[in-house]
Amino acid sequence: MLRMTGWEEKLDPNLRRMAERVVPGMRIALPVDYAGVSMAMTRPLIERGAGDLDLVCVPTGGLQVDMLIGAGLVRSVETSGLSLGEAGGAPRFNQAVKDGAIVIRDATCPAIHAGLMAAQKGNPFTPIRGLIGSDVLANRPDWKVIDNPFAAGSPADGPDPIVLIPAIHVDVAIFHAPMADRAGNVWIGRRRELAAMAYAARTTLVTVERIVEESLLADEITAAGVLPALYVSEVAVAERGAWPYGLWGEYGADTAELQRYAKAARSAEGFADYMRAGALEAAQ
Amino acid sequence: MIASVTPREILIATIARLLDGVHHVAVGASSPIPAAGAMLLRALKARAGAEPVRISILGSVEHNFFTNGSTELFDCAGQGRIDAFFLGGGQIDGQANINLVGAGDYPRSSVRWPGSFGSAYLYFVVPRVILFREEHTPRVFVEKVDFISAPGVSRPGIHRTGGPYALLTGKGLFAFDRARPGFRLESVHPGHSLGEIVEATGFAFAHDAAPPTTALPDPAILALLRGPVLDDLQETYPDFAAQMRREIAAAADAA
Repeated sequence: MLRMTGWEEKLDPNLRRMAERVVPGMRIALPVDYAGVSMAMTRPLIERGAGDLDLVCVPTGGLQVDMLIGAGLVRSVETSGLSLGEAGGAPRFNQAVKDGAIVIRDATCPAIHAGLMAAQKGNPFTPIRGLIGSDVLANRPDWKVIDNPFAAGSPADGPDPIVLIPAIHVDVAIFHAPMADRAGNVWIGRRRELAAMAYAARTTLVTVERIVEESLLADEITAAGVLPALYVSEVAVAERGAWPYGLWGEYGADTAELQRYAKAARSAEGFADYMRAGALEAAQ
Repeated sequence: MIASVTPREILIATIARLLDGVHHVAVGASSPIPAAGAMLLRALKARAGAEPVRISILGSVEHNFFTNGSTELFDCAGQGRIDAFFLGGGQIDGQANINLVGAGDYPRSSVRWPGSFGSAYLYFVVPRVILFREEHTPRVFVEKVDFISAPGVSRPGIHRTGGPYALLTGKGLFAFDRARPGFRLESVHPGHSLGEIVEATGFAFAHDAAPPTTALPDPAILALLRGPVLDDLQETYPDFAAQMRREIAAAADAA
C-alpha cells in the first residue's frame, strides 16, 4: 500500500472526516469522467487507507479509479471501460490487470445502469437486451439468462432469451456537483446518473463548488435538478473539486494535467512521485 | 481540384454516403471522422431541404440534448430511436465480432484496452452500425478476436434489430453480409490496392477480381466539407479541425 507523507496536513479536515466513512471491504460507486468526479476526495481516501475496495464505475472510470488502484486500495473493479480519455490508457489499472492484482468485472454501460435501476426500484433485477453471445456475458456468472415469459410469438417461434442484471447496491457513492443548499439538497442538473448512484447507496458523500443560502427546492427550475437531502449523507465544499476533470457548466477538463499523470504513472515509482509532488500544489 | 482531396476527406465523404437516409446518428466523444461524416450528411440534407439529421455526440456538453443522464442514449437506442452508430475495436474479425477489452488470455490480457463500453448492447439494437478503424493491419483485422465484446451475428431467436452494416478502414470499404455471414470488399481507396488489402487483413473476405476505387467527393460536396462542416467540427474537435485545415493546404500545394 502506498504511504505518503508531506501532504496530509494540507488536506481539508471536512474531506478527511468524510473519508472516514469508508472502511475496508466496502463497495463504492464512482461516476463517469464528465458527470462530476470528486477528485478532491481521492487524496483523503488514500490517506484514510481503507483497502479491499470493490469499485463500481457508473458506467466507466478514469483518473480517480486509476489512482485508488495505484495506491493499492482496490480489490475489484466493475466497469464498462477504464481510460484517461484523450490522455490514453489508465496506466495503474492496465498494470494491475496484467499482474492479476485486481479482479476485473467487465460490463457494458447499460448493464450498469440496469443494475442501478433495479436498486432504485427495490427490485431484485432488471432485464436488458443485447449481450447474448458476448464474452462480457460469458464472464459474468452473476448475470442470468431467462426466457421472456411475455414472448408474443407462437411456441413454434422458440424461446426469447433475455439477460437479467441483478440490483447493484453499494455502501458508499461519492461525487462532485456545482452546488448544495444549507439543508443538504444537491443540484445535479441533468446528470441523473448521480441520483441513480445515490438511490443505490447506503451512504452518499458529495463535494460541491459552493453552498447557496436559498433553498434549491424553493424555485421549481432548480428543484427539477435537485437530489433531495433525503439521499445525501454529507456535503463538503471543495472548489474546483473535479480538477483535473471538468465540471459541466462550470469549467473544462485540464487535459495537460491528465497527460502529465498518464506519463508519470507508467511506473509504480512515477505514480508515487506524482502523488507526492506538484499535483497537490497545482490543485490549490 | 480532385487531385488535392485528402485521405481523410475521402473517409468523411464515404461515411456521409453510408449514413444516407438516417435521421438520428450517435457518435462517440473521441471520433472526429465519424462526427465529420455525420455533419457532412446533415449539411447535405439541409442544403437539399430534406428532413433534418440529428447528431448526438456522446460526452459533449454542446451536442448533448439528453436530460436523463448517461443512461438515456441506451434507452433511446432500445426504443429504436437511434438509426446509426460507430464502433471500432482493438481487434475485429471476419464475422464482425469486435474486441474492445484486450489481446491475449482474458482476464490477464497482455495488452489491455479500455473496455466494451456500450457495444455489447448497441450492436444489437442500432440498425446501421458502421465499424470504423483507420489502422488496417493484420493485428487489428484478425481471423478470430481474443475476446468478444459484441458479436457480429446472433443465432436465430435472439432479439436483434441492429448490427454491422459496413467496415471502413484507411485502405478500403467493406459491406457486411449478415446472411453469409462475412465481409465483401466494396472499394479500394485511392493509392491502395487489392493485394495490399489482402496482405493487411487477417481474415478472408469476398471481392471482385478488380474492385472499384472509392468514389471521391464531387467539388460541391468538397466545398461544403471544407466550409461550413469544418466550421461545425471546429467547435467540438478544434485540434482535429486545425489538422484537417493543414492537410488540405498541404494537398493543395502539392497538387
